[in-house]
Amino acid sequence: MSSHYEAPIRKPLIIGDKNYHDVTVDVARPVEGRANKQWWIAFSIALAAFLWGVGCVAYTVGTGIGTWGSNKTIGWAWDITNFVWWVGIGHAGTLISAVLLLFRQKWRMAINRSAEAMTIFSVIQAAMFPVFHMGRPWLAYWVMPIPNQFGSLWVNFNSPLLWDVFAISTYLSVSLVFWWTGLLPDFAMLRDRAITPFTKRVYSIVSFGWSGRAKDWQRFEEVSLVLAGLATPLVLSVHTIVSFDFATSVIPGWHTTILPPYFVAGAIFSGFAMVNTLLIIMRKVSNLEAYITIQHIELMNIIIMITGSIVGIAYITELFVAWYSGVEYEQYAFLNRATGPYWWSYALMMTCNVISPQVMWFKKIRTSIYVSFVISIVVNIGMWFERFVIIVTSLHRDYLPSSWTMFQPTFVDAGFFIGTIGFFFVLFLLYSRSFPVIAQAEVKSIMKTSSETYKKKWASEGHGHDNHSHSENNHH
Amino acid sequence: MYTFSSRLKTFAFVLMVLGILGIGYSFFTAPKTIEDVEKIVAEEQAHGHHGDAHAAPAHDAHGSAKEEHNAEAHAAPAEKPADTAHAVAVDSAHKTTDSVHAEAVVAAGHEGHDHDAHEGHEAHAEAAHGHDDAHAAHDEHHKHMEHMLHQLQNKPWSAVYVAALFCMLISLGALAFYAIQNAASAGWSPVLFRVMEAISAYLVPGAIIVYVLLVLGALDMHHIFIWMDEKVVAHDHLIQAKSGYLNKTFFLIRAALFMGGWILYRQYARKNSLAQDESNDNSYYKKNFKASAGFLVFFIVTESIMSWDWIMSVDPHWYSTLFGWYVFASFFVSGITTIAMITLYLKSKGYLEYVNTSHIHDLAKFMFGISVFWTYLWFSQFMLIWYADIPEEVTYFKTRIEDYNLPFFGMVAMNFVFPVLILINTDFKRLSWIVVTAGTVILAGHYIDFFNMIMPATVGNQWFIGAGEIGAILFFMGLFIFVVFTALTKAPLLAKRNPLIEESKHFHY
Repeated sequence: MSSHYEAPIRKPLIIGDKNYHDVTVDVARPVEGRANKQWWIAFSIALAAFLWGVGCVAYTVGTGIGTWGSNKTIGWAWDITNFVWWVGIGHAGTLISAVLLLFRQKWRMAINRSAEAMTIFSVIQAAMFPVFHMGRPWLAYWVMPIPNQFGSLWVNFNSPLLWDVFAISTYLSVSLVFWWTGLLPDFAMLRDRAITPFTKRVYSIVSFGWSGRAKDWQRFEEVSLVLAGLATPLVLSVHTIVSFDFATSVIPGWHTTILPPYFVAGAIFSGFAMVNTLLIIMRKVSNLEAYITIQHIELMNIIIMITGSIVGIAYITELFVAWYSGVEYEQYAFLNRATGPYWWSYALMMTCNVISPQVMWFKKIRTSIYVSFVISIVVNIGMWFERFVIIVTSLHRDYLPSSWTMFQPTFVDAGFFIGTIGFFFVLFLLYSRSFPVIAQAEVKSIMKTSSETYKKKWASEGHGHDNHSHSENNHH
Repeated sequence: MYTFSSRLKTFAFVLMVLGILGIGYSFFTAPKTIEDVEKIVAEEQAHGHHGDAHAAPAHDAHGSAKEEHNAEAHAAPAEKPADTAHAVAVDSAHKTTDSVHAEAVVAAGHEGHDHDAHEGHEAHAEAAHGHDDAHAAHDEHHKHMEHMLHQLQNKPWSAVYVAALFCMLISLGALAFYAIQNAASAGWSPVLFRVMEAISAYLVPGAIIVYVLLVLGALDMHHIFIWMDEKVVAHDHLIQAKSGYLNKTFFLIRAALFMGGWILYRQYARKNSLAQDESNDNSYYKKNFKASAGFLVFFIVTESIMSWDWIMSVDPHWYSTLFGWYVFASFFVSGITTIAMITLYLKSKGYLEYVNTSHIHDLAKFMFGISVFWTYLWFSQFMLIWYADIPEEVTYFKTRIEDYNLPFFGMVAMNFVFPVLILINTDFKRLSWIVVTAGTVILAGHYIDFFNMIMPATVGNQWFIGAGEIGAILFFMGLFIFVVFTALTKAPLLAKRNPLIEESKHFHY
């Protein structure tokens, strides 16, 4: 990997006087300790929401899709909005673990584990919508090209909804493998520290007999790099394919070529916001402030700012081209977004997505934990509305005025959504108590270049500060 | 310090002289009148290039194509703009008649712009019913010749424009990469900063040349931008609707602002970078950090608009929201490739002491990655338009696939298949000759990409990569080499006091 020398202007990524053992202890503490009352309260709330969602889904499947607010004009509404929203959130995990690995961003090491967990849990939520928004979900297996007794009746590979099936299932599988591979050394650490036979047994099984030999590490690194190289195009293509659901259509407001990269940018934007939300809480409740520092939060804020700006550019591009195209349907679609009956959702989306991330240009704001937390939630609200606006406002008024209508969600729509939020937090809360939430093996690998302890040591020894002597010492 | 070798300097001058000769030749041989075009067509016919294109039976075929055109035009929904009907017509005409005659139909659509929807319908109805009428046929023939004349007159101008724009954008791509490296506090690349700064030096003359070409367009010296032609606009209600944006004054003001902004950042960053060498603190480094972040914001906005203005507007009826980012990917990868190739050249001459194979490896990874990114955007734009098949959009790709088949698909092989296959190997990314080979193919491929973006609208099926095109490439290549290597002699090749330079010097991957 990269050299061991690090410029003195870089700020430490591990704060406090930490050594290797401290990292182990700090990471293992939440797993080895017992859950406190707050955890149980949070878990109960999440579980209740989840069970409520299960009830709503059962009701939908048992009674029919007509229990939802969708209608003959607006066939897709909250279902696909939530689907795209959850998939989008999932993207930051892969981005942090794969793209930031390719760019050798050392700061990713403290956050990649949780970001990947978030990916997997949110893709699971996302995957429920394509199944349960079907009229006949029990025939969902028909989307698979399986040889059968209908004269081998096949699927049509021209539909982006089928591409979605492949994209999401591949994405979930690859993310899961990527995540688990990275977990092996950390599970092994928990295994080696376990004091009860039960935990010893569990962590022995999940750590796959990792013994940390040089050859294992060498292959481990290579696999991570290959998977990162594969996951990066995967993350782009998955959300691209999700965007194709809309962009391949002929609906004004949907059919636009910018959707693929713009959806990806939006996914990174909302995904990072969600990581920020979760980690700001986690660093506090799990006492990981030494590893998830203000600098980490600041850097995530900067990414939110950049992707927010890209999304802003895309909004303006769409508006401009709608005017420039001279197509009255396109022009009306955007006029309707801005001034139609759903103007408030458009205004909300614009405010949350375009304006709110711009405050991050001020260092005072982007290094403030409270503001970051608020903005991260604001961004996710905005990104939910972005998908809602794209889907519903384009459908409710299109070519024929005689089919113009409105959309009103029912409690079942909302219940399903709340259920997925509950399920997500059930999984995440369980994860945070049983998994090493920080990739301790990786964090240890940057100890000598990026921890406060070593940086101080070098500064006092004159390493790095005096660049010339340093280069002379090391160059030959 | 780098010294510009006299051999390289001579080489640059030779390229420029050869280029001027080629450009001059193409301007000199371009037809001046319709009679010239007729002569060219007659010659081609004698050589059998276009076969029986102008034989009598072909005229019949042409007539029947017209009839079909007419039928289609009426079948199209009434509210569709005239050019949609034209597009469908062009499509069917191409199927039924040979290419030269189909061209006449395109001419009707392209130029004219001289009739609005109703007039168009009438004119075509006339042409269809009266295709026996010798007069109408003659009229049609005349129009066709006139159209060919415009295309052939555009050819040398377009050749110069494509090459000038491409070279300027390479320099802008390198500048954007430089700004990203600064804003991202990259630890590997500071040893390459002087190379990037030198490449961006071309931005000043390059932008001036492109600007002059845009002004010449506004002065009606060439017809690359047909929306600048008042006669065309007078009959084209679609362009009229865009005239709030597509008008000469606003167009030139925008261009001046964008180019001015880019050059301003370039000069400022270069100045700070040199000042940092002599400084005792990091203040100039910090200034550059801030300026780079600011520039990137300016750049992402202006780059999109620039691509609509200077490239997309050559097809003023066509639009695509992705276009700006697609253009960006194309010149960004070309800029990075140029950085890699010039670095390798300087290294081979023994100038870049601290540049090692890891730096080359990183550059090659960017060449690889951005090539894939370019393909992603190319495919997204192409596939979405192909899939939805909305007539007013799809004409863009129809003309390219029909008239530019080899360049259109060939560039995908050059810009994607070849670099991806060759640069996926880690060991290969460290070999100079592999990187240079891949780089050459990538640069050629992206030249063709720009060729494909401009030429179909300006010269149509009269395209050819001949003296004018090659001359323009050679001239701008010579100028580029001259400017860039002159800039390299102006400052030491290692940024001395950049706070990240030590990391960069010890960079190993």
